[in-house]
Amino acid sequence: MALKLIDYRTPVFVDWCPGCGDFGILSAMQMALVDLQLPPSKVVIFSGIGCHAKLPHFVNAYGVHTLHGRTLPFAVGAKLANPDLEVIAVTGDGDGLGIGAGHFVNTGRRNIDMTVLIHDNGVYGLTKGQASPTLRLGLRTKSLPKPNINEGINPVAIALAAGYTFIARSYAYDVRHLKEMIKKGIEHHGLAVVIIQQPCPTYNDINTKEWYGGEDRIDPATGKPTPRLYKLEETGYDGIVHNPEEAFQKYIGALTKAHEWGDKIPIGVFYQNELVPTYQERISKRIPTYLQNPPAKQVISDSSGKPITSIEKMLEELKVTG
Amino acid sequence: MAGGPQGSGVDSAANIFGRACCYGGLHVYGKREYHSNIKGLHSYFHIRTSSTEVGADVDRVDLLCTFDAESVVRHIWEVTPNGGIICDADALKTPIFDIPTWPGPFIDEFKKTLDEKGIRPETIGDLLSEVRKNNVRTYAIPYMDLLKEVATEIREEKLSKLTRIINVLALGASFGLVDYDKTYVEKAIKTIFGDKPKIISMNILALSKAYEYVQQKFSFFGFKLETVPTDEKRIFLQGTQAVALGKLVGGCRLQTYYPITPAADESEYLEENEVLELEQSTVKSAGGSILVMQAEDEIAAINMASGAALTGARTATATSGPGFSLMVEGLGWAGNNEVPVVVTYYQRGAPSTGLPTRHGQSDLRFALHASHGEFPRIILCSGDIEECFYDAARAFNYAERYQTPVIHLIDKALANSNRSYRMFDPSLVKIERGQLLMEADVKGKEYRRFEFTESSISPRLPLGTPSVVFWNTGDEHDELGHISEEPMMRTRMYEKRMRKLETADKEIPVQERVNFFGDTDATSTIVSWGSPKGAVLEAIERLRQEGYKMNFLQVRMLHPLPKDYIAEMLAKAKKKIAVEGNYSAQLAGIIKEATGIEMDYFVLKWNGRPMSADEVHEALKLIMQNKAPRRQMLTHGT
Repeated sequence: MALKLIDYRTPVFVDWCPGCGDFGILSAMQMALVDLQLPPSKVVIFSGIGCHAKLPHFVNAYGVHTLHGRTLPFAVGAKLANPDLEVIAVTGDGDGLGIGAGHFVNTGRRNIDMTVLIHDNGVYGLTKGQASPTLRLGLRTKSLPKPNINEGINPVAIALAAGYTFIARSYAYDVRHLKEMIKKGIEHHGLAVVIIQQPCPTYNDINTKEWYGGEDRIDPATGKPTPRLYKLEETGYDGIVHNPEEAFQKYIGALTKAHEWGDKIPIGVFYQNELVPTYQERISKRIPTYLQNPPAKQVISDSSGKPITSIEKMLEELKVTG
Repeated sequence: MAGGPQGSGVDSAANIFGRACCYGGLHVYGKREYHSNIKGLHSYFHIRTSSTEVGADVDRVDLLCTFDAESVVRHIWEVTPNGGIICDADALKTPIFDIPTWPGPFIDEFKKTLDEKGIRPETIGDLLSEVRKNNVRTYAIPYMDLLKEVATEIREEKLSKLTRIINVLALGASFGLVDYDKTYVEKAIKTIFGDKPKIISMNILALSKAYEYVQQKFSFFGFKLETVPTDEKRIFLQGTQAVALGKLVGGCRLQTYYPITPAADESEYLEENEVLELEQSTVKSAGGSILVMQAEDEIAAINMASGAALTGARTATATSGPGFSLMVEGLGWAGNNEVPVVVTYYQRGAPSTGLPTRHGQSDLRFALHASHGEFPRIILCSGDIEECFYDAARAFNYAERYQTPVIHLIDKALANSNRSYRMFDPSLVKIERGQLLMEADVKGKEYRRFEFTESSISPRLPLGTPSVVFWNTGDEHDELGHISEEPMMRTRMYEKRMRKLETADKEIPVQERVNFFGDTDATSTIVSWGSPKGAVLEAIERLRQEGYKMNFLQVRMLHPLPKDYIAEMLAKAKKKIAVEGNYSAQLAGIIKEATGIEMDYFVLKWNGRPMSADEVHEALKLIMQNKAPRRQMLTHGT
């Protein structure tokens, strides 16, 4: 029987603020799981700490709500121990790019076949609106005592430099587009990241739904707003690496697009390169039975508790007499 | 003892020396000391060899074999009368105070010693003449000339390429002096340099040159190292290897780590052996392996390990003090989520960076209390290399049975010492996975990961088990694993976790938690943990021969502490003596907290060096003679 949206819901009360972008992200994720018909017990959703981090409790799938900034190490450990799991790691801009920045970069080096979603709203919501690493210099969101003194970082550029092989951006209120990006991320053969622009109606009074929608920029000809977000795929942009020779050119193209912000913010797939071997493939070259019999699936003893691992050869190497 | 600058092959010399002795049927205990440095600073190894098992280091050096001038000065006072010193003939003219790598505190100390002795040697040669007055024999070997001979024979024009084999020249001279069967040394060289035939022949040539040189040039040294042929199966290994072997037999299938001394050796050894051999068994398996993952930091290492442990794989991480400091938050998460993860914790000189390559035993209280809040944990501590093997395997049983983190404490003295043992017996290892469920157990049923049960242990499922799901969270949670801040739930769930420790305390037999040595009717009892074991055992044996009766309680499970047994044993003792490698007698404090019993004497050491049997013997003897202060500080070791 086909899985339906209701199969991915839990009875847990969703306690985000009314109008929070997280609702859109939750819906898009559940819709993506339906479209891909992934059984709930095959999916593990990891999260860190922050508003984003409650998401796993609202999805009927294995959910691991971890520590602040540590989503990725937990996810990596589980995926490597059992590569058959469909691992989705959800993080925030503070969680993933502030306290967890080291993990975000280093996970990029490994190209593990899993999907990372970054909820990016420019603020630390759950601690009442402090500036996050993506908030731009000089901006003063609602609860900041002073304008932001730090420059904002560029998650797309960092992901590119770190080695993510699928990099997309989407928008929490464009659920259909976001669902497609999440699906593409899950289907991508390698490490995918989807950066999700997300208004925080409570604490970010600058990058609001109206701001993204361009309601301050009425086109005099049509009388309609000029949205700040535009879709890369509608401009003929193609970030996919089709052969190894064009990888660098695509990388530079994506980097250029990554720097667009303000009046024109691209969403869609910036870069995708499936020609890079995944971590699992790299391990398999060293451990030929890895995919067939990964750590989580190995039997380690017989039914009486007798170990089945033989260390005889290793002991033989250490042997000095007898 | 052999000493030289780091990077000059002190390590491989230690290995060759130790193995060569073992091949001849001797038992070996080898202590390794080195600076936190790659090239140039002083390092040495001290090997004790005997026809019977050796479990500790001693202070005296019978034969000091040096590669450079500094090693002569560093260790000269440790050489026994009638002992010998081998040195580089070219170093004789080196002015003592011109050695650039000498640290200030050592120079001051050395000058003080010279003043006390009323001597004023200027060169290494002068210094050696001084000790000759004590019947120490000195042997100047022209390393460079011998090196040139080797170079000529193998047609190597660049002498600089050969300076790395000075260590083997020194070894050759040592074995020549004690007239040891050279074939065993050659066998050791062949084993160490395995697949490099050119290097093997060059080293064997160097060995022979020096060996023959001393045999022709010098008269008999006075000590002869005899072989004791044996059929007994023995191995020669260091602590990190024993832990790795124990983990493999114990079923560890994923290990994470971040490079740190002295823990990293273990992970590297595991990675070298990542593809596993399996026993012929009734169990069919598609092949065994251990995945070793070098993480970006220790925070990632512990959390990757927890993530992996959630999938059902037996998982461990290995680190030392600074790394464990970073792991603390992750440890609390594992405790809160009842994750069976094993942390192998190699203590070293602390706090902060402390003494990165030196010994320390001051992290018991930290291991016991690390994390905010409370959760059950099990802390094991091995006292020797063999225990490292069995404890490493057993740690996973405790972790899975009680679904909680297990910290296996080891220390630098065990990690980096080499010792010969009778062959380990993997068949003594038993795997107990506790309440680990499979798909069939839960199919069609509701599953609650944190279900309240009588024993407080909730049946566990691996992530990905079909037809069910569960949740984990670092927040307080309900039985399903969803966040809950309700006071009733908080009270029950908190208690459920904590009660597992009581269950563990009840279930784990005392024999797995302590070792007891010596006369049961003795009224002087030593309590210790970790690597002092070897020195204490040797010391009480010497004291027994001197007519003093003592016994020794070695605590192997520090949490939950087998407090009733400890209290019972200590109640009988008139003299209760704590022997520990830290300043504040941490175990003694914990015992007092748990039993109300206070130790009468403290023998403590924190100079970054392991305890020697000699100094422990001296300290205990003073106690037995009623001449000891309540607290004695040990200071031996260079």
